[in-house]
Parts: sequence; C-alpha cells; structure tokens
Amino acid sequence: MFDISFLYEAKDVKDAIKRLSENPNSEIISGGTDVLIRVREGKDAGMGLVSIHNIAELKGVKQDGSGNIIIGAGTCFYDITHNEIIQKYIPSLGEAVNTVGGPQIRQTGTIGGNICNGATSADSASTMTALQADIVLEGPNGERVVNIKDFYTGPGKTVRDRCEVCKHFVIKKENFENYYGYYFKYGKRKSLEIATLGCSVLVKLNGAKDAIEDVKIAYGVAAPTPSRAYKAEEFAKGKKLNDKTLLDEFAKLALEEMKPRDSWRASKEFREQLIKEMAKRSLVNSIRRAGGRIEYYV
Amino acid sequence: MSKKIITLHVNGKDREVAVDERESLYETLRNELRLTSIKKGCEVGECGACSVLLNGKCVDSCIYLTVWAQGKDIVTVEGLKDETNGDITDVQKEFIKQAAVQCGFCTPGFILKAVEIVGANKPYTRDEIKELITGNLCRCTGYMNIVTAIEHAIKHNMDKLGIPYEVAPSTTSFDIPDAEKEKMLKDVLAMQNNDVTKA
Ligand code: FES
Ligand code: FES
Repeated sequence: MFDISFLYEAKDVKDAIKRLSENPNSEIISGGTDVLIRVREGKDAGMGLVSIHNIAELKGVKQDGSGNIIIGAGTCFYDITHNEIIQKYIPSLGEAVNTVGGPQIRQTGTIGGNICNGATSADSASTMTALQADIVLEGPNGERVVNIKDFYTGPGKTVRDRCEVCKHFVIKKENFENYYGYYFKYGKRKSLEIATLGCSVLVKLNGAKDAIEDVKIAYGVAAPTPSRAYKAEEFAKGKKLNDKTLLDEFAKLALEEMKPRDSWRASKEFREQLIKEMAKRSLVNSIRRAGGRIEYYV
Repeated sequence: MSKKIITLHVNGKDREVAVDERESLYETLRNELRLTSIKKGCEVGECGACSVLLNGKCVDSCIYLTVWAQGKDIVTVEGLKDETNGDITDVQKEFIKQAAVQCGFCTPGFILKAVEIVGANKPYTRDEIKELITGNLCRCTGYMNIVTAIEHAIKHNMDKLGIPYEVAPSTTSFDIPDAEKEKMLKDVLAMQNNDVTKA
C-alpha cells in the first residue's frame, strides 16, 4: 500500500486542476514511475495524488496544420519511440527516451513527467532543449506557453505551479526541419541507469553538405538544469566540415558554459572530460546522419 | 480508507475485487486474487520480477496503481497456455529445456517478457533480445540460457509463420568442447584445493 492520503482519478484536465486547487497537499501523478517511487522512499509520503494517468486527450503525437509536432504530455516513452512522426522527423528524441529506465518503465513513464520533475538528468530534457520545445500548461488561471529555456529554475525546480497541468509540447517545424540529431547518454550501465551526463546535438548542413549551417547542443547533468551551449553553437555556424579546429574548439566552448558538479556518480573533472568528448562525438554523429563527411577517430 | 469494488480483466476473465485506491497492482493480484507467480523483488521498478502483461506489454506492477488497470487486459503466468492444445506455451517449454531457471524468482517476469517478445512476430537477433530483457534482473543464471530459451521460442513461432530464422550457435555450457570442460574442471578443483586462509 502506498503511503498517500488519497488518489483521485481526474476525468479531464479541468477536473485535475480543480482537485489540485482544492487540496494544498496534493500533486499530479501521470505514469507513476517517479512519483510512486518518491512516495515509497518517504519523500512524498502522505501526499494526495491527482491522477492524469488515463486522460486520453493528453496522449499521442500529431502534427498541426503548419507541420509543428505536438507531443501529448501523457504519452509514454515507448509510444514516442515507436511513433511514425517522431521516427520520421525527430528520431533522436525517440532514441533519447528509449534510454529511460528499462522497457517496463518506458511503457508507463511519460514525457510530461520526465520534463516536469525538473531533473537535469532526465533523458528527454536535453533533446527537448535542443529542439526548443514550447511547453503548454493549463492552470486555474487558464493556459500559458513557456519555452523550455525558461522552464527550469534549479535542480528539480520548474516554473510550473503545483496546480498547473502540463498538457503538451509543441516542437516548431523550423526547429526540426532539415536538422539531424544524436543523443549521447553516458552511464555506468546500459539499462536502468540515470545519466552521468547526457548530450544532444541537432545539426543542419548547407546544400553542398560540406559546412554547418546551424547547430544546437544541449546537455543534461552538465549544470543544475538542462542547458544549451550557445557559444559553441555560434562558433560552429558556417564552419566547414574539413576545418581541423572545428571539433576541439566546439568542445572547448561547450565546456566554458557548463557548470558540472561532483556527485557520487562522477567527479566534476570526469564530467568536464565527458562534456568535451561527448560534444565532439555527438556532433560528428549528427553530421554523419545529415549526410556530411567528417573525419574523427576514437 | 474504504475499499471499493472494481472489475479487473485478468487472465481472460472479469474478476470483481475489493481494492483500496492506494494499492499497487502487485498487491491486488497477489494478495486478493492469489496470483502468486508475480514476485516482489525491489518494489521500485528496477528488477522486473513483478512484471505483468498489460494490454500485451510488460509493466512493473509494483509501481502501477490497481485502479489504473480497470478496463485493461491483464495477463500473468497463471493465464498462459498454448491455445492449440491447452498445454504450457513454447516459451515455458523452452525455459525448462534450456535450463533458463535456477532459483526461479525472476522466471515469471522473464516468461511474460518473453511472451511479449515472441508475440511481436519479429526475427530478433540475440543482441536485440538482450536489449529487450534489460528491464528484468536475474541473480542466478547469468542470462545466457534465458536468451537462448527466448531465441528458441522465437524460432518455433517463426517456423509457424514460415519466416526463416536461425538460432545463433549455442554458447552455453552444454556445447563446450570436452577438452575445454576438462580444463575448466581442473581449474575449479585447483581453486578448491588452494587454501585461501593461508594466502
Ligand atoms: S518488484 Fe517491481 S520491478 Fe522489482
Ligand atoms: S533464476 Fe534466480 S533470479 Fe533468475
């Protein structure tokens, strides 16, 4: 038996908001793979849970009239990885969420929960940051849209109010069209592991496929919140793929903007090394996926 | 907190059960419905011993609320049978044949995962099978025989579907050349004779 004061199955989003507002000591539960474990550990013991688990309107991936991709917050990781739209346009997001927990967890855990729990280690967070996702929240005062770059405020903290339900994510067409990406997760084991460091790159090459037109790079666990390395991005724009300084300089600049910490998982120094190496490898892999040729040996 | 009566569709039958809304599916299935094949290993979604098939896909029942499972199709090992002859399934037979069971604690979870894998009707490679079972932990077997058992079960299914499928040459102890076995035995004996307390 879970140590919770109540469980309420919300009929829809409005119903959930109402319940959350009425009960100050309550929180949302979606897939449960995080919240229920926090309850078990005693961290969230005694809380009331408002469940959005079976709300159909929060599930699924679709495209709107202008080609933007809309991901329901209640979509489980497995369904994202196996969705045709994701596979066609943003496969690196599908791959990223396919590294969360193990197969069983991915059947129930949701992307909304992964983003809203505020963890810098969340496997979807760096790729969603690179994709500049818009987060659509609905609360007692109506709906608002927050871009992911303004969403995280600290470790485990976001701008989402306790009574706000994350409904869906919007990934604008201009942010994924012609971009090719790669998510690199470094962990001590391959499954059921929390990332020691995560790095997600999206790259767009020029027509001749010999230079970078645009690049986005975002990290998880390299700072208290998922963060982009803007300087590295600026530097790499317009660079030729055969430019011998490209990778080293890109990695160096990426590190400058990150603030890795010591933790029991890894030391700060080791994380710094990872930040540089993973920048290079993720960029190389993204470029190769985009059809570009670049030399790199590990 | 009062209990309420809900209906769960378990192993092909509708079952009415009195549940507390704070209960996990693991607790309800095991304690109320006495489906004791499900095991509790970690209670935090890491070991897969509590796996049940929910609409055909394995989930960890220890971190799944019972009330969420209403209207969904739940299957545990008790509900498995070969539809053609009422016998146990090919997956179960192969687990026995390949000695994929030692203490058996992880086995029901693995069997259900294997049923899901075989049911996908895909000719998975050994490496893909390893990837697919990463949500289940086994402390005894070393996984080798489990993967082999799943491979053979896929083979039976592929034969039925008429899809060519090769089971990778076995690397389990059964197929170790005799000379190699003798060497291993010698090594083991040498280890036993070596008095570690004096080292
Ligand atoms: S007991 Fe449920 S995953 Fe271990
Ligand atoms: S057989 Fe003992 S845990 Fe797998």
